[in-house]
Amino acid sequence: MRITTTVNGQQRVVDDVWEGESLLYVLRERMGLPGSKNACEQGECGSCTVYLDGVTACACLVAGGQAEGREVVTVEALADADGLHPVQEAFLECGAVQCGFCTPGLLVQTHDLLARTGRPSDPEIREALAGNLCRCTGYEKILDAVRLASERMASR
Amino acid sequence: MTTPTQATTPAAARTRTPIGAPGRLENDAKGGVGTSPQRPDGALKVTGEFAYSSDLWMDNMLWGVTLRSPHPFARIRAVDIAAALATPGVVAVLTAADVPGRNVFGLELSDQPVLADDVVRYQGEAVALVAADHPEIARQAAKKIRVDYQVWEPITDARAALGHPTWNRLHDHPAEDVELSRSAAAIHPKGNLVRHLKIRKGDPDEAADVVVRGEYSVGMQDQAFLGPESGLAVPDGEGGVDLYVATQWLHVDQRQICTALGLTPDQVRLTLAGVGGAFGGREDLSMHVHGCMLALHTGKPVKMVYNREESFFGHVHRHPAEMRYEHGATRDGTLVFVNCDIYFDGGAYASSTPAVVGNGGTMGIGPYVVPNVRIDAYGVYTNNPPCGAMRGFGSVQTAFAYEAQMDLLAAELGMDPIDLRVRNAMAEGSVTPHGQTIDSPAPVAELLQRLREMPLPAEPDGADIDLRSLPGGVANSTHGEGVKRGVGYAVTYKNVAFSEGFDDYSTARVQIEAHQGNPLVVVHTAAAEVGQGLVTIEQQICRTELGVENVIVHPKNTDVGSGGSTSASRQTYMTGGAVKLACEAVRDRILTLARDRTDAPLDDAALVDGNIVTPSGAVLMSIADAIGEAVIEETREHHHRPTEEIDPETGQGFAHVQYSFSAHRAVVDVDTELGLLKVVELACVQDVGKALNADAVVGQIQGGSAQGMGLAIMEEIVVKDGKIRNPSFTDYLIPTILDTPPMPIQVLEYADPHAPYGLRGVGEAPTISSGPAVAAAIRQATGLPLTRVPIRPEHITGT
Repeated sequence: MRITTTVNGQQRVVDDVWEGESLLYVLRERMGLPGSKNACEQGECGSCTVYLDGVTACACLVAGGQAEGREVVTVEALADADGLHPVQEAFLECGAVQCGFCTPGLLVQTHDLLARTGRPSDPEIREALAGNLCRCTGYEKILDAVRLASERMASR
Repeated sequence: MTTPTQATTPAAARTRTPIGAPGRLENDAKGGVGTSPQRPDGALKVTGEFAYSSDLWMDNMLWGVTLRSPHPFARIRAVDIAAALATPGVVAVLTAADVPGRNVFGLELSDQPVLADDVVRYQGEAVALVAADHPEIARQAAKKIRVDYQVWEPITDARAALGHPTWNRLHDHPAEDVELSRSAAAIHPKGNLVRHLKIRKGDPDEAADVVVRGEYSVGMQDQAFLGPESGLAVPDGEGGVDLYVATQWLHVDQRQICTALGLTPDQVRLTLAGVGGAFGGREDLSMHVHGCMLALHTGKPVKMVYNREESFFGHVHRHPAEMRYEHGATRDGTLVFVNCDIYFDGGAYASSTPAVVGNGGTMGIGPYVVPNVRIDAYGVYTNNPPCGAMRGFGSVQTAFAYEAQMDLLAAELGMDPIDLRVRNAMAEGSVTPHGQTIDSPAPVAELLQRLREMPLPAEPDGADIDLRSLPGGVANSTHGEGVKRGVGYAVTYKNVAFSEGFDDYSTARVQIEAHQGNPLVVVHTAAAEVGQGLVTIEQQICRTELGVENVIVHPKNTDVGSGGSTSASRQTYMTGGAVKLACEAVRDRILTLARDRTDAPLDDAALVDGNIVTPSGAVLMSIADAIGEAVIEETREHHHRPTEEIDPETGQGFAHVQYSFSAHRAVVDVDTELGLLKVVELACVQDVGKALNADAVVGQIQGGSAQGMGLAIMEEIVVKDGKIRNPSFTDYLIPTILDTPPMPIQVLEYADPHAPYGLRGVGEAPTISSGPAVAAAIRQATGLPLTRVPIRPEHITGT
């Protein structure tokens, strides 16, 4: 089947999509956007988190066909011409990135949290990121990064 | 068996590079040893541009999948691939008969077939391969392969596999002379014993005032790295292959792949693709040979990516262990003896079981001074999933037992558990149970005393309850009623690098040239970056040793000598040491060139900030001027000081090159009515010798601590009758950010004079001491013995 969707602001048309393919597969293997990660493909780890019509979702749980006519934003679109987004900068500076496989999903979810909640408390951060598994960091530096990003974004 | 005709690929294919092949890493971060610069792959990782092994892509590539045995123990009578091969889109179906070289691999013993040809020994063992132009077509075709199995009863208990008695009474010692049973079926031709390590020190019959005994069990833990096993094999059209893969040791992979493919090392070239975590789970081969077989057979690039369920069958796990300990002490709390029996269930193939037994045994009583010790540690073949390396490597299991014993002994003596540990703590000059004198600082007592002095987290405030801070969280299962707080301590030590006489080394190649008037360094090793930050360390060492800023990290591949394994907490020590040696050789050559340009004495000159300077800091000339048009390149191997094999009867010997020490304090709230837990805080003090990168060190300690905590309270691969019951992240739980508490860390730096920069390997120790501290806190809160981990709600409620 053919899917027409807007990805990171650009209209994309892909053909020959098998009905069983997930949005994650379509992004990674058919659109050349492998930034969203395939850690569990069961909706448990959050590594493939993307925006679907402005709401975060696990791309592995969305059928490719469900993206028809909708708007998808992935980790690849967080940085702009001016450089990295403050969330990306903070993850880098705080050492919140080790292997980095969870990072794209965490960045998108944190981006969403900080768009909704200016200065989240630690319990709010933990609740918002509870669907994103990280196996390397023990989460402490991820918390540091979210706090730093929220501080910087609030002071802008 | 019918197979399609082998296609040919033009020789030009060798020059084809996949999308996602690693490039050189460079960034404008500054900072040498002792600072915490940003990682050179960091910007790529936060933009989504960093390519992992599952992101590799080539035009016209095929997808490979693996058919695995549904039975833990069975004979293969026949395999019929006709229906699979006839599936439109399928290009190849391969079985054991298609393995070009020797159908065998393994890290320490070559005991595992690439594809099962006669017997399958565990559920999930690879039987056949399919390549197709879409992964789903390959998966569907694999289901059409008909395998006729004669199913056998699996052997799933380690002691039963050896014919040893099951413990049913505390005093029922399994005699060390028990002859290996031949009544249990041998899983392998030489029997079911992989290794029996014996340690005999002092007098086994020494009497003690107080004796405590306990039996302990540790469940099977999974590494649960997030990046699935994956890679891309590209045939070169001349019979060779390039493999891009996520792994921990390129050269040990290469050796095994060459054996299985019947090719030479120059025909099998490996490049490290982006690695999404490892933790020991990538020491063994996964898709490596399979992908290469399909690529060589079809003449096309073949990509293989396990999904999460397959990943649970596609790598080895942490050994489950059954342990029995007996501690004797004087009335004042001085340890007199420790006796213990440790059974590691290695599953169907050896993997690294012999070395796991070595660690589990030699360090099996913890960092304590004990004059009389008997240890029997066994590694055993069963039909359970194969077990091998995981962070902590044999020491994680025993720490749960020996630290529980120390608490039991403290209670029996009416002593404070920290005081008891401090009284018996190992120090520099102490002798281990295997007869090795500790010849560098061993601050065991200080770690514990510092932990005791760290402030405790605030008690819950009854007036203003945040459900998220309570066991059960927003499930709203308690408002504090039935909740009890416990505090537990644990301390451990762990060997760094490879032991027991292994000639362990790493190789580094360092190149320098002047580029636009500035010195530019390229560092090239084959040492795997798996997330820990070795690439950053390599840059830092070059900056410090060569006085330069710009350091590029070359892609890691087999064009340079072995970097050894990214395991055993060894890479900063071993590959860092190799980079340092190569830099020193480069520095000598820079100074030799400089001597042509100056009459000033250079014997004491240093390289600082791009210049050659005198000991007083006066600039003699720039490094770039000294180099001129030259390109200087030096390659060095770094071997650590030799260790010894231990005596097979007494277990005595200089087995380990270095130890790392850590201690944890856990504070846990327990809902004693429902058995739910909230780990409130997990504090750690660790000696790292020298923190080359303090931020990365803390990141290792926190990450390792969380994994150890996971084993204590939630992580277990549940195996019943040889079959995994929970191969998913829905049912195999790893700590989320809600489960993981604040982790205050203190880092001590007592230099090891034998190590580069005095550093100690960091990564594993915190994974060892954190879990036992959590278990101790839960015991303190509940008053229950809790001798098995992970501790489940029903263990607390007794329901």
